Order: sequence, then structure tokens, then C-alpha cells
Amino acid sequence: MGPFLDALFLQAGYNVSLVTIGAALLGFAAGASGTFLFLRKRALVSDGVAHATLPGVALAFMLMVAFGGDGRNLAGLMIGSAVTAGLGLLIMEWIPRRTRLSEDAAIGSVLGVFFGLGIVLLTVVQTMSSGRQAGLESFLLGSTAGMLFNDAITIVIGGSLVVFATWLMRRPMTLVAFDSDYAAAMGYDVRRIDLLMMGLVMAVTVIGLKLVGLILIVAMLIIPPVTARFWTERAQRVVWIAGGVGAVSGYLGAVISASAPALPTGPIIVLVAAAVFVVSLFLAPGRGVLAALLRHRRFQARVHRRQGLLALAAQHPIREAYTLRLLSREGLVRADGVPTDAGRAQAAKVARDERRWDVAREINQDAGLAGLYDGLTPIEKVFTADEIAEFDRRLGPPTAIGGA
Amino acid sequence: MGADFVQFSLTPILIGTLAAIACALPGNFLILRKQALIGDAISHVVLPGIVVAFLLTGVVAAIPMMLGAAGAAIVAVILIEAIKRLGKVEPGAAMGVVFTTMFAAGVLALEQADLGNIHLDIEHALMGNLESLIWFRAEGWQSLLDPQALAGLPPELGRIAIVCALVVILTLVFWRWLKIATFDEDFARALGIPASAVGFGLVIAAAIAAVAAFDAVGSIIVIAMFICPPAAARLMTNRLAHQVWWSVGFATLSAVLGYVFAGYGPLWFGGQNAVSAAGMIAAVSGVILAFACLFGPHRSRVGVGREEAA
Repeated sequence: MGPFLDALFLQAGYNVSLVTIGAALLGFAAGASGTFLFLRKRALVSDGVAHATLPGVALAFMLMVAFGGDGRNLAGLMIGSAVTAGLGLLIMEWIPRRTRLSEDAAIGSVLGVFFGLGIVLLTVVQTMSSGRQAGLESFLLGSTAGMLFNDAITIVIGGSLVVFATWLMRRPMTLVAFDSDYAAAMGYDVRRIDLLMMGLVMAVTVIGLKLVGLILIVAMLIIPPVTARFWTERAQRVVWIAGGVGAVSGYLGAVISASAPALPTGPIIVLVAAAVFVVSLFLAPGRGVLAALLRHRRFQARVHRRQGLLALAAQHPIREAYTLRLLSREGLVRADGVPTDAGRAQAAKVARDERRWDVAREINQDAGLAGLYDGLTPIEKVFTADEIAEFDRRLGPPTAIGGA
Repeated sequence: MGADFVQFSLTPILIGTLAAIACALPGNFLILRKQALIGDAISHVVLPGIVVAFLLTGVVAAIPMMLGAAGAAIVAVILIEAIKRLGKVEPGAAMGVVFTTMFAAGVLALEQADLGNIHLDIEHALMGNLESLIWFRAEGWQSLLDPQALAGLPPELGRIAIVCALVVILTLVFWRWLKIATFDEDFARALGIPASAVGFGLVIAAAIAAVAAFDAVGSIIVIAMFICPPAAARLMTNRLAHQVWWSVGFATLSAVLGYVFAGYGPLWFGGQNAVSAAGMIAAVSGVILAFACLFGPHRSRVGVGREEAA
């Protein structure tokens, strides 16, 4: 527990603190910027963008060596990765717009081809004399431990810019994500906004490449928004919750990874995010599985309760065990199925409401009552006391049920 | 085309071609069903499957690893479906969540297992080692008739040949079902075709092809072969049967040209070392797709002019 707590409270040394804070910031930027792509149903564009960075990294390395520089210069590698990622992004946007191929085919082909090209170039780099120890493979899976102060600064500045741009463009991007036709009718340039969305994701990918690697950065762009969506129905909130989920995953992931050997940072961050996702999937109020299950149970109970009471009113025996249990728990029937006084009263009320509804539908034939009459909504919620009094006047006096 | 060719290039080219065809065939239907990225997802989850198989059996052997990979692919498909339904998450995002998480788990397990010098590293998984699948005992074309030499063929060749044949047979047997269920699922159901089962079977077949190809050529080529040849073929014709033939042709062309360029290309430019064959095959398939996008006779959407489509 010691090393874990030390890392958690940034007491485990300069390097660990640097990595922890860097991962949290990257997580926030990735979660927030990935949200719009997710809402636009294009989450996997990030996969294509991430794979398209590889040839750029290798090309930048070769160019820098050719001009006599140090091939490992991070800024240079980042610029290179941005160039090919941008190219891949434009192709991904061009293919579905100008051919009949669908978006996922475009993403997949850019992903496969650019990555293949990147591997080809990497094998060339490996044969270069200065390439053998270049460690470019670390871009595949990330190498967090090797993070330097300059890398952290890059993440801070780049991540802040991405978050700021996301905040600035949140309204048009939300509009395009939910209803691009409407956005176009409002005079927005949908194509440009789409490109901007993807551009932000590209920026995060390039920034995070060194830290978590090109395959796992995709997870940081996709998992937090999907997770956040469980907790709210409002797009603006999804952005910040996703940022929060990303930040927490990054922070916790880095801490866990620092607290024991052989726990690579990138995968641990992803697994923490996945854990938050699973918890949200089951426990989130509203959209979570558990909440949906409870809702279903409650609905089922109401249907059974009403059917049971109607059966009592009609003096039919109740044979359904669940209905019987439900009614006897409320003290409406005895264990042998004979209604109690309270049960008779409730049954009379339900039966009377049924008849009231009949009258109500007769009176208001074209008021669209069909949707309101679901048999479960109490009639008092739909009509005023005066209206119900009018139904009762037409029905005549109430009659007792069960021969009492 | 002498003895050297038979010894060093014939088997890798054959293996690459068979892998490309085995992937491209199901890819045709995946593309039409807008599930092209299933191949991408599967090829990522193969890694944890292989690692788990290794941890369970403790040996680096083809059969348990293929079983592990196939198991992981099936787990992934079930998880994706579960997340889609339970959480009402759209398919792409559900897929993204599942395959990145499983990949991360695979990388972690690999680090934890400390496989040391055992040849099971991530680079290998991504790049494959097509170049190393050479036929040591071959002495020339006559070796093709020599049982002793044939026994020394790389075992990957036999495996991918079986899987490729299986995929071909499945495609032929289920051709009509696949065709109808792909274009009009409701109509298929009305005819009594189990459309969901066909869809699931297609994904399983794709997984088997991916795993077998992965064994020999690595995951990049798998992703590219699932998508690029069928996508290019789709732009060449409006008929499904023709599209499938085109895709087989493009897959073969990519594999052969890609291997030749990777092996001999650098020599033409004065280089000494070959480059990654798997990467080059993916790159060639991309070039083919690019040409199809620019010049394919059926490249634009039906009923829409090219400029209007913009």
C-alpha cells in the first residue's frame, strides 16, 4: 500500500509525479475532445487517425537524420505524425464523400494502409545505423516511464489548447453531432466543423502518442465519452464528465503503474477507464442496466397489481402466484386469495376508474386520449376533479364489490 | 525463377496470397453490411487470446494459440453485442471500448508473464514474419514433387491453406443466404433464412480467417486485406459475384506485388535490406484502392453525379 499511497499523493518522486499529472491532463483532453466524435457516431475515426501517425513518425525520424539532426527530437516526431495523421484524416473524409464506400470502409482502409506503410518505413529506420536504438517502436505502445519535463510541458500546453478549442466550439459541434442537416440549414459549414472535430482528436493523438502509444490512445478517446453518456442526457455535460473520467483514469492508472514493477502505464490507464465504464454501465442512474432492471420490475408490479385488482372487482379467482404475493404484501388479499376490506375498496376504485375512462373516451373522442390511457396512469393525473365528477354523474352511484 | 526463388520466395508468396484471399472473401460481405471494422477489432483482440493460451498451456504452439485467439474473438463479439444492447451504445463505440480494453489487457498480460526470450512479442504480432517462412529443404522447382522436401514446408502454409479452403467452401455453400441476408435482412427473414445466424456466422468465419492469417502474416495485413481489396472491388462492379472475383484478384495482386516490392524493391534503389513484407502488402492494397477510388467505373453513389455527391 505504501508505494501506491505515495504515488497517489505525488510523494513518489519527481518523475512519477510528472507522469501522473501528465497522464491526468492527457486523459482530460482526450475525454473532452473525443466526446463530439462519439456523439457524431464516428468514434472509430480516432482509430484511423492514431494508426495514420506511424508513417509520419518514421518519416520525420529519417528526415531529421538526413539533415544531420537527432532523429529522436520529440517536436519533430510530433510534427511528422501530425502531417500523416492529417493526410489520413482528409482521405477518411474524402472517400465517403466522393465514392460510394461507407465511412467505416474509409476508416479501415486508411488505418490498414497507413499502418502498413508505417511498418515498412520502420523496417527501413531499423536498418539505418542511427535507427537501431531509436526506440521508435515505443510509439506503438507508449513509454511513459521515459517522460521528460519537456514532454510534460508539451502535454500541458497542447492539452490546454485542445480543451480550450473544444470549449470554444462546443455549440456548433454539438449541433452538428446531433443533427447535421439542421446545422447546415442554420448556415454552419458542417464539413469544416467535422474536420475541426477530427482535427482536435488528431491533436490529442499526436500529444499522447509518446505517453500511451498509438493503439491505446484510441481507448482514451473512446471509453470516457461512452462512460460519460451513461450519467447525463445533456451534451455539454457529457464533455466535462468525459474529461473527468479521462483525467481520473489517467491519474489512477499512472499511480497504480508506478506502485509496482511490470505494470506498463498505457494499458493500466486503459483498464482503469474500462473499469469505470463497467461500473457506469451497470450502476448509472437512468441509463444504467440496474436502473433499467428496477424500472422494469416496478412497471411489471404495477401491471400485475392492476390486473389483480380488476380480477377481484370481477370476482374472478387470482391464480397467478406473483400477483397474489404482490396483493397480499399490501394487505389487499388474504393468503388464500380472498380479498380483505382494503382490497375490496381498491378493487372498487380501479373498476370504477376503468368505467370512468370509458366515459372519458366517449366524451373526448378526438382529444387523443389513446396515448394517455395506458391503464396504469391514475385517472386523477389526467383529468381535473370537476371532470371526474362529471364522469361519475353519468355513471351513477358506486356499487359495492364482493357482496359485502 | 530459379532454386533461390523456390526456397526463399515461393512459400511466403503463397502464404501471403492465401491469407489475403481468406480475409478478402468475408470482407466483401462485411463491407456491404457496414461492419468493415469488425476485422480491425478482431485483429486487436487476437493478442490477449494468444497470451492467455500461452499462459494456460505454457508452450508456444500453433494450435492452442489459434484456439485462444479464436476464443478471444468470440468473447469480443459477444461483449460488443452485450454492450450495444445493455447500454444502448452505438456499434462503433461499443467496438472501440471492447477491442482497446482487450488489447490493453493483452499487453499487460504479456508484460506480466515475462516471456523473456520466447518469440512472442508485440512487434511480431503486429508485423508478422512472412519473410521467415521459407522452405529450407527446397532445391528448385523439382522439390515440388519430392515428398521429403515437401514434408519440410512451413506448417503455416498448410494451416492457412486449410482455412482459406474452408472460407471458400463456406462462401459457396452459403452464397445465396449471405447475399440475401446482406442486402435485405427483412426479406431474408420472410424467406425463412436465419439472418441473425448468418450475420454471426459471417463474423465467426472472419475471426477464423483473421486468426489463421495473423499466425502467418501479422495483424496489419489482416486489417488491410479485410477492407482494401473488397472496397476496391466494390468500385469496379455492381454485381456481387463480380465484386467477389475482383476482390480475390486484388488480394492476390497485393500479396504478390507487395512481397516482391518488399523483398526486391530496396535492391532496385540501391538498398541492401528488405523491408517489411506485410507492411508492403498493405501499402500495395492501398494503392490499388486509391486507383479504384479515382478511376473505378462504379465509384460514385447510384443516382448521384460525382460533383453533386460532394
